[in-house]
Amino acid sequence: MSAIQSPANRVWWKQPLDRVEGSWIAIAFVWCLVMFFMMPYWHVYGKQNLSNEAYRTTPEMFSGKTQAMVDKYKVREETDLKIPVVHPPAGSDVYLIARLWQWWPMLELEEGKTYRLHLSSMDWLHGFSLQPENINIEVHPNYEHVVTLTPTRAGTYSIICNEYCGINHHTMASRLYVVKPK
Amino acid sequence: MAVNRMFRICPSTGLSYHEPAEKLIRWNAVAGVVSLLVGGILALLIILTRWQAVHLLPPDWFYLVLTVHGLDMLVFWIIFFEIAVLYFCASTLLRCRLAAPRWAWTAFVLMVAGALINNYSVFRGDSSVMFTSYAPMGAHPTFYLGLILFAVGALIGCFVFFGTLVLAKNEKTYRGSVPLVTFGAVTAAIIAVFTIASGAIILIPTFLWSVGLVDHIDSLMYRTVWWAFGHSAQQVNVAAHVSVWYAIAAIVFNAKPMSEKVSRTAFLLYILFLQLASAHHLLADPGLTSNWKIFNTSYAMYLAVLASMVHGLTVPGSIEVAQREKGFNNGLFEWLRRAPWGNPCFSALFISLIGFGFLGGISGVMMGTEQLNLIIHNTIYVPGHFHATVVIGTTLAFMGLTYFLIPTLFRRELMFPGLAKWQPYVFGLGMCGFSLFMMGAGTLGVPRRHWDMSFAGNPLGYEFPGMAYLMMALMAICGLAAIVGGAMYLLITVGSVFLGKKIETPGFAYVRAKDGVAPTTRPVEVAFETHGTNIGTAGFAAPGTFVLAMVFLVAFVLYYFVNWKYLSTVWPLS
Repeated sequence: MSAIQSPANRVWWKQPLDRVEGSWIAIAFVWCLVMFFMMPYWHVYGKQNLSNEAYRTTPEMFSGKTQAMVDKYKVREETDLKIPVVHPPAGSDVYLIARLWQWWPMLELEEGKTYRLHLSSMDWLHGFSLQPENINIEVHPNYEHVVTLTPTRAGTYSIICNEYCGINHHTMASRLYVVKPK
Repeated sequence: MAVNRMFRICPSTGLSYHEPAEKLIRWNAVAGVVSLLVGGILALLIILTRWQAVHLLPPDWFYLVLTVHGLDMLVFWIIFFEIAVLYFCASTLLRCRLAAPRWAWTAFVLMVAGALINNYSVFRGDSSVMFTSYAPMGAHPTFYLGLILFAVGALIGCFVFFGTLVLAKNEKTYRGSVPLVTFGAVTAAIIAVFTIASGAIILIPTFLWSVGLVDHIDSLMYRTVWWAFGHSAQQVNVAAHVSVWYAIAAIVFNAKPMSEKVSRTAFLLYILFLQLASAHHLLADPGLTSNWKIFNTSYAMYLAVLASMVHGLTVPGSIEVAQREKGFNNGLFEWLRRAPWGNPCFSALFISLIGFGFLGGISGVMMGTEQLNLIIHNTIYVPGHFHATVVIGTTLAFMGLTYFLIPTLFRRELMFPGLAKWQPYVFGLGMCGFSLFMMGAGTLGVPRRHWDMSFAGNPLGYEFPGMAYLMMALMAICGLAAIVGGAMYLLITVGSVFLGKKIETPGFAYVRAKDGVAPTTRPVEVAFETHGTNIGTAGFAAPGTFVLAMVFLVAFVLYYFVNWKYLSTVWPLS
């Protein structure tokens, strides 16, 4: 009987396993276990894990903290919009605001130093996409995500938005500078 | 009201069609194909915009068109067709009258109204919020209302399906267990009920928010619950198209499942574990712990992936056994070489199976791995993946089934049979290239849902490497080939259904079930056949399929660790 008819044998569940199927199920199951344990393994031995640290916040609270950082560590302004570039001390907490349709401010980090990057949105969802590293993190309003990251190579990086956020979504781009420590 | 018990028996296939069920299957399939037509035209516009050298649409139109394309393809085309498949699997395969045809028509009307209202809201211009409509970005209330109406209709459709199963059991229209294909359809319908319930839980409050009755929708809550709907809907597709694979194997080769137990258990694993995968979409989000992410994203230790790997073996395995029993028993691959490659039912099934496994399946596991998601999330790799699953997997399988349904269900001869022979290749291979190049561009960081990857005129724009532009251009060219393949499908199906030559059978009539439909034969208790004794090699009944499965596994393992290697070069994060 074919698959569009009722099984010929009413006690079909007693049919013994075929060798092809049995072997494949065993192999596939082992592979599934390998893939499963790879994730906890990487939490212990790997270096790229997304932080679990997050807090509830509000746009006012978060922009207040960001403003305080900008006031303290601004080194220059860029573009016609006078977006501040900040150079916070190595190892410190740095803040990045996502809003329609801008990342604010621009960060200048030191190579090989570890920072606590706080991400939050002022309005809708945005996507933090660091290029060309290709690190991608979702940015929510009212949630403050704290990601610990260590830039490994000096250079000029781009942050683009890759969560659709309305009509000017494609204009939402910024820079991130990584410089050699002085 | 008198119950309609009028049936007709298809002379060439022996299937019995209940009169109201037949009409409903036809109309749902037609509504699906109309959605496919609209979605396909929009797909062309999207391709020509993302092909940076052409860059056709202005941004507002691009985002609008992308929104409608997502909804028409992923929701309306597929679900209309799935409702048709459900009615077919319950009423036709079980030779049972459809339960409550009036409710089924109500469902159909609600679904059509919902689809129209939803499309209307987007074409108004103020609801270009994408398929996902992430709050707090808001759409016009009719956007959510349309989706809710459509979902209510689909839910009623599922219950008509369940009702028909109950009727078939009570009226003893079949003996023993339901056929495997019907069992797969039950799986799809159970997942659909879960899906629609999740959709209601998130879309109803969002609708109330859009009209001002609820004042806040939390963005993380929205994404979590919405994906219980959005991802599960794709799992409905998987269960449905796997059933269609088994059905086509049965229709073309008279293949029987290698073992009912294995195939049914695999479907059961879908019911138990598939829905956990909504976590795939939340791996880059704050506020959820790694424990939660790992458990859910892996469907509790990849048990649903295991199920798909099993189906991926048993479908071609059953074909191999059937072919070998027909005498194509030489070597590893004679069964495959001598397969009917000119029969579009078969070629669609085969390309669907291979494309779904190699492209859709493997890439899906990559994206769904907690850490690997970091280098993939929201890049164009993601649509690359789901075009491989939903288009090559589901849509192409449904196309293959259509070639069977046109003569038996619509009673029309297939128009342009020469064209039909090529259609699955043009469409399927076009889509394979399309998905593959999208994934390539995504690996280079190209964002999805993005009007201008060149950031023209933006002093802070990012300059993507030339390779990314090349990938996008190749994607577009393959996409155009797939559009041609889609147009061939529409030409053949619409032409055949409306203008095709009617198949006239002498003595054709609908007859009352009691009078005309042959009673179901009591299956004789047969001893289990052990294949492998006289076919295949080394006790393996389907050695060719086993070799193909091992090739798949090697590709899977290599690509998996290549991605970990790539991840290890990225900035350390914790």
